[in-house]
Amino acid sequence: MKKTILAAGAMLVFSIPISAQQASSPDANAQNTAALEQKIRDLEDRVIALEGKLRTIESQQSAATPAQTPETKGQTPPAAEAQAGTQPTAPTVPAQPPSTATQAGIAGNGGAEQVPGLGGASASAAKALNPDISVIGDFIGSAGGNTPPPLATLQPFPSLAMHESEIGLQAIIDPYARGDFFISFGEEGVELEEGYITFTALPAGFVAKVGKMRSAFGKVNLMHNHVLPWVDRPLMTTNLVGGEDGIDDAGLSIQRILPAPKGIFLEATGQLFRGDSSDVFQAQQHSDVSTVAHLRGYRDITESTNLDLGFSYARGHNNGTAAQPGNFITQLYGIDATLRWKPLRRSIYHSFVGRSELVWSQREQFPSEQKAFGFYTSGDYQLGRRWFTGVRYDWSDRSRYANLTDKGVAATLTYWPSEFSQIRGQYRFTHYAENRDANELLMQLIFSLGAHGAHPF
Amino acid sequence: MVIQSTSSFLWKIAAAVVSLALFAGAAEAKKLNVITATTDMAALAAEVGGDHISVESLAKGYQDPHFVEPKPSFLLKLRQADLLITVGLQLEIGWLPPLITQSGNARIQVGAQGYLDASQFAEILDIPTGPVTRAMGDVHPLGNPHYWLDPDNGRRIARGFAQKFGELDPTDVAYFQQRLQDFDKRLSAAEQKWDAAMAPFKGRKLVTYHNSFPNFAKHYHLNVIGYVEPRPGIPPTPSHTIELIGLMKREACKLVLVEPYFDLKTPKSIGSATGAQVVVYLPSVGGEKQVTNYFELFDYDINLITKAFQSAQ
Repeated sequence: MKKTILAAGAMLVFSIPISAQQASSPDANAQNTAALEQKIRDLEDRVIALEGKLRTIESQQSAATPAQTPETKGQTPPAAEAQAGTQPTAPTVPAQPPSTATQAGIAGNGGAEQVPGLGGASASAAKALNPDISVIGDFIGSAGGNTPPPLATLQPFPSLAMHESEIGLQAIIDPYARGDFFISFGEEGVELEEGYITFTALPAGFVAKVGKMRSAFGKVNLMHNHVLPWVDRPLMTTNLVGGEDGIDDAGLSIQRILPAPKGIFLEATGQLFRGDSSDVFQAQQHSDVSTVAHLRGYRDITESTNLDLGFSYARGHNNGTAAQPGNFITQLYGIDATLRWKPLRRSIYHSFVGRSELVWSQREQFPSEQKAFGFYTSGDYQLGRRWFTGVRYDWSDRSRYANLTDKGVAATLTYWPSEFSQIRGQYRFTHYAENRDANELLMQLIFSLGAHGAHPF
Repeated sequence: MVIQSTSSFLWKIAAAVVSLALFAGAAEAKKLNVITATTDMAALAAEVGGDHISVESLAKGYQDPHFVEPKPSFLLKLRQADLLITVGLQLEIGWLPPLITQSGNARIQVGAQGYLDASQFAEILDIPTGPVTRAMGDVHPLGNPHYWLDPDNGRRIARGFAQKFGELDPTDVAYFQQRLQDFDKRLSAAEQKWDAAMAPFKGRKLVTYHNSFPNFAKHYHLNVIGYVEPRPGIPPTPSHTIELIGLMKREACKLVLVEPYFDLKTPKSIGSATGAQVVVYLPSVGGEKQVTNYFELFDYDINLITKAFQSAQ
């Protein structure tokens, strides 16, 4: 396929000098020149069209190729015509070498490399089918005193740690689905943070995912570490929703946009998991599955301001406390609200995001059910193209000891050298329920390699 | 008898009304729903599609197309779309892919019949020939995605659109072809005017903020000698600014073009150091209220640029 296109392109280019020779005959007049110019323009157009097709073929995922082929039909015969009866003379270099894209593709991928068994496809074509690979490094340093009381869930960061190295592998699988893998390497262990297939071509507007994924409970639970506006996660997450790992489990998810009045975006998500998520849910038998439901409403208030509201529910099993194990039920209810402002003309310089999440936890255990509540409120403002600052207030009971309430405040300052790295400083004050205070200074460096796909809004 | 004829007359009217309503409904239903990533693609689609398509752009013309927020309200538009037209060459890589996935619309998934990357029709410049690294800044490994500011590319893209619209709506093939020819004619006429306006300034030197001008510069034989950004996507640094000022003085460059979404502080200081004019040009349709189509975009920019060159003489 590619060879044919290349050959056709070459023939087109070769045919230009011949036409030029005809034009230089003695009786050439202005009309002839105009016609010739038109012909050259047409040929140039066709060379560009061929270059475009070549680029498309080279860069396209395998899934896309069959869908695009019908387009070439209309234009192939003229190219063949141009070939017929044309004796290639000394080729002149056209203004735009049609093979630039090919050269770039081959040079960029090491010309010597040939992958066999692909029906003659070049190395670059074979690599075009590789998934997008990215690595995100998350380095955290901490200073200051934090000695948590024995029953506290919040734990201090080590003085210096390569907290996480997240590898992302993302690609379109076939015309019906795409696949996303996020593998998280700590300093010691490896964990599949997420790995799922998304069915994008289901009827009636449904989108389904199967695999291991962060559940749709609230906002922060869905976020990977490197997209958080803070070094840590809010106390509410740590105390009630499983901390850094959160509700992240193997299962399936189905979501759909619901009909709503004009201008309002309404989406429902339903998820079914095995029932093992950090210290939130533990399954002891097959039937101990957990469920998560989320309803999201969104509306543009103006072109630069929007409001995002969510209601979440999760239900799963827990195995009680270490002292008194058993099979109990935990239910979580959540409300999240996000207000965003970003003036479109200056969107790369200034923005504001205000967030809040409220979570009620209802945990059955001996001797009595614990009803805990927690929330955070935060505001993040972009000062300039590279500078962000923010504050957060935390307040949360502990899920197993609802009468114990931790509180905290945090302030951040973030600098982005480029889109692909950020340096963050965070001051964190924590007041534990046991009347113990902690003052910490956290430092974070996030750096990104490769083509990391954009995250959902 | 009279009663009978009256009732049959009424029946005829009713039938006519019903069939008219059905026909109107069918006509309404078959209108191709096109969503584009940027306003320029929407403008070209509107030229070809006329009133037989409905077309809307996700990004606004005064917005940096690299950094668009992937708002859920866009999903409402995407889920209804028959065709999604992107600029391609990774211009929208930071925001569009998750929207396509979440749209729940099988028609517009990458590779499906209703997904169209317009870059395949256009002449693409700045395709890197060596290895690409991020040390070069936010460089586009497939070539420069700001390719629509060349009337020849506009024509080529329109041709590609006409063919695609015809594939998706075969009953309107003739209509789209006729619209295309009409567009071609009007564009050729406008080009004569633009060529004449730009002709005296062949070879003139200028600086742009971001590398978003290569196709325009090539078409009108202008010479872009530098950029306010040290590297694509990297904000100006003092050392680069000083270097650029030196270069502009040596080359007697008297014009700095800035896209409407960039801060004017650095360009203005460059302007005052070199005596160059700082002009906010429009890379896209809709950058200013009065620029509502592809022709007005060129009218607006050529007017600005020729005026700036004239006053620099």
